[in-house]
Amino acid sequence: MDFKLPEDIEFLKQSIRDFVDNEVDPLAMEIEEKDEIPEKIMNMSMEMGLFGLSIPEEYGGVGIGMVGKCAIYEELGRTHNGYTTVIGAHTGIGSVGIVEMGNSEQKKKYLPPMARGEMIGAFALTEPSAGSHATNLKTTAVRKGDKYILNGSKHYITNAPIADIFTVMAVTDPSKGAKGITSFIVEKDFPGFTVGKKEKKMGLHGSHSAEIFFEDCEVPVENVLGQEGQGYVNALKILANGRAGLAARNLGSCDKLLEMSIQHANTRIQFGKPIFEQQIIQHYLADMALDIEALRSMTYRVAWMVDQEMKVIKEAAMVKLLGSEVYNRVADKAVQIHGGIGYIAEYPVERFYRDARITKIYEGTSEIQKNIIAAQLKHEYL
Amino acid sequence: MNIFVLVKRTFDTEEKIVVTGGAIQEDGAEFIINPYDEYAIEEAIQVRDAQGGEVTVVTLGGEDAEKQLRTALAMGADKAVLINTEDDLDELDQFSAAYILAEYLKDKEADLILGGNVAIDGGSGQVGPRVAELLGINYVTTITKLEIDGKTVKIVRDVEGDSEVLEAELPLLVTAQQGLNEPRYPSLPGIMKAKKKPLEELELDDLDIDEDDVKAKTTTVEIYLPAQKVAGRVLEGDLSDQVKELVSLLHSEAKVV
Ligand SMILES: Cc1cc2nc3c(=O)[nH]c(=O)nc-3n(C[C@H](O)[C@H](O)[C@H](O)COP(=O)(O)OP(=O)(O)OC[C@H]3O[C@@H](n4cnc5c(N)ncnc54)[C@H](O)[C@@H]3O)c2cc1C
Repeated sequence: MDFKLPEDIEFLKQSIRDFVDNEVDPLAMEIEEKDEIPEKIMNMSMEMGLFGLSIPEEYGGVGIGMVGKCAIYEELGRTHNGYTTVIGAHTGIGSVGIVEMGNSEQKKKYLPPMARGEMIGAFALTEPSAGSHATNLKTTAVRKGDKYILNGSKHYITNAPIADIFTVMAVTDPSKGAKGITSFIVEKDFPGFTVGKKEKKMGLHGSHSAEIFFEDCEVPVENVLGQEGQGYVNALKILANGRAGLAARNLGSCDKLLEMSIQHANTRIQFGKPIFEQQIIQHYLADMALDIEALRSMTYRVAWMVDQEMKVIKEAAMVKLLGSEVYNRVADKAVQIHGGIGYIAEYPVERFYRDARITKIYEGTSEIQKNIIAAQLKHEYL
Repeated sequence: MNIFVLVKRTFDTEEKIVVTGGAIQEDGAEFIINPYDEYAIEEAIQVRDAQGGEVTVVTLGGEDAEKQLRTALAMGADKAVLINTEDDLDELDQFSAAYILAEYLKDKEADLILGGNVAIDGGSGQVGPRVAELLGINYVTTITKLEIDGKTVKIVRDVEGDSEVLEAELPLLVTAQQGLNEPRYPSLPGIMKAKKKPLEELELDDLDIDEDDVKAKTTTVEIYLPAQKVAGRVLEGDLSDQVKELVSLLHSEAKVV
């Protein structure tokens, strides 16, 4: 058993750390206040190849496995989570569908510009009637000649305002339930497709989610992703694939919070000594470190399992769940250790605290992850 | 265009440096490409991209320097050469480094050789010019701009904050000053490709160099950190008394007036 990251992955990780520390983190406050990612950062991220993280080398991407991706996500998680989400939604749910289920024409057409960051991807499953109950979709797709005509709407779609292509799940056969759902690649310029206004959110500033609308939207038959009727399975696969990556991003944020908390505890003097010397503060820090270590082990193990092409339904749900619960616990303790300044917007801790909250909701709520784990347990044991 | 870049692995002076027993502790220190050499690498890549040709990065040192070479390859250099002196030489000085590099370069038909203006560790700024002298080619130090047109090179160099514009002919050695360019971060695909790029390792034997011929000509007597800054002194009392006290302190303690 070897718990060390391969040398080239360490190299990638270090290089992202330098970039994040020198270029992104100094602008975190600006991102937060202006609610947008500076163009310079977007351009540098493109030049560094970050947008091609999930894309194979032959299509101009980085061509690394899940362990490598997690190492990079971990570093990205250390900085502003809005920035990380813009990248993550594109490299994760926004491009994985085409990489995994796309045919060779689709890959040739879409992946190279996606790898360069010239084409941004988004993933559109959730609808007002279909949140956790993701099969309860109302968006329909009716075949007409060599086109499908889509009607309906979706909401909370991350990257929608900047995205060029969307992986969209729609109902092709209402009589078949989950097996009547098909996934499509929809370009933003297809007739009948529009993006609504950006939502105002508690956190993840700089990353934008919006409604999208299909009004007799014409999608060519060649833009069906995978087979007709496989859309729901595709969506589950895309989401499952992303789960270790999301956990890795959370891991990076937790690490950063622990570092900041230790520094603060060591320099903040009350009652004539650093608060670090209070046993309860030490225990908070110990609990944070313990949680983080458990998350680290699990994240990289699940990533390794993905790379071994092992089945990871239960484990992916577990690591998504652990990642978001740990992040929220760690962020809460970090605020507590920082005291008042942990609540003040001039200091990054409160931002992490707000940004942590979404991780228990999107890409499947914590409750839904438990449902998935229990269903797998039933399957395994009964 | 046949381009060579002289690269040095140095410790990161922005990280904590510990000196014990007259030597810098390598344990716990962070190692980087000498920042001035990064400008040289970036410039070499830009020249290659504009003019065609090949960039070879060369370093002297031990196995550990492979990491800095891989970084240069990830940035976009084509080939790397490590001249491993670890087993042959305990200490290198500017003389030995220049001699070895010149021996390596002498039959390479380099059109352009780039290096950093100084290394942030030793800070001598000698190796580049010495190599050029040994090779018998022109050199220009502390450059902030480089334009190549055929065999003619137009250069702006920094002279203590002012600029000097010169023209030189290839083959040429230049050393890079801050401001020459903005070195790129190695891209992720660049890092993956760097694994497959050639990294040649040579020893003094391979260059027909006798270790006695390159023994350091200088000895380091002592290494120490700069004295810790102490807090300033705040003068108090009547303003005119403060002025008097200040003048007297500048005279007697600071000895500047
Ligand atoms: C910022 C943001 C970005 C998003 N990005 C995207 C995106 O890019 N693409 C996309 O498709 N979607 C996206 N979403 C949608 C997100 O995935 C959903 O919000 C999430 O799945 C929950 O659905 P819901 O909001 O409808 O909540 P509901 O499903 O209404 O859930 C409400 C509560 O009930 C619980 N609950 C529901 N059903 C059960 C059950 N069976 N058992 C136990 N508890 C249950 C939930 O866990 C939750 O606590 C995003 C959401 C947000 C807020």
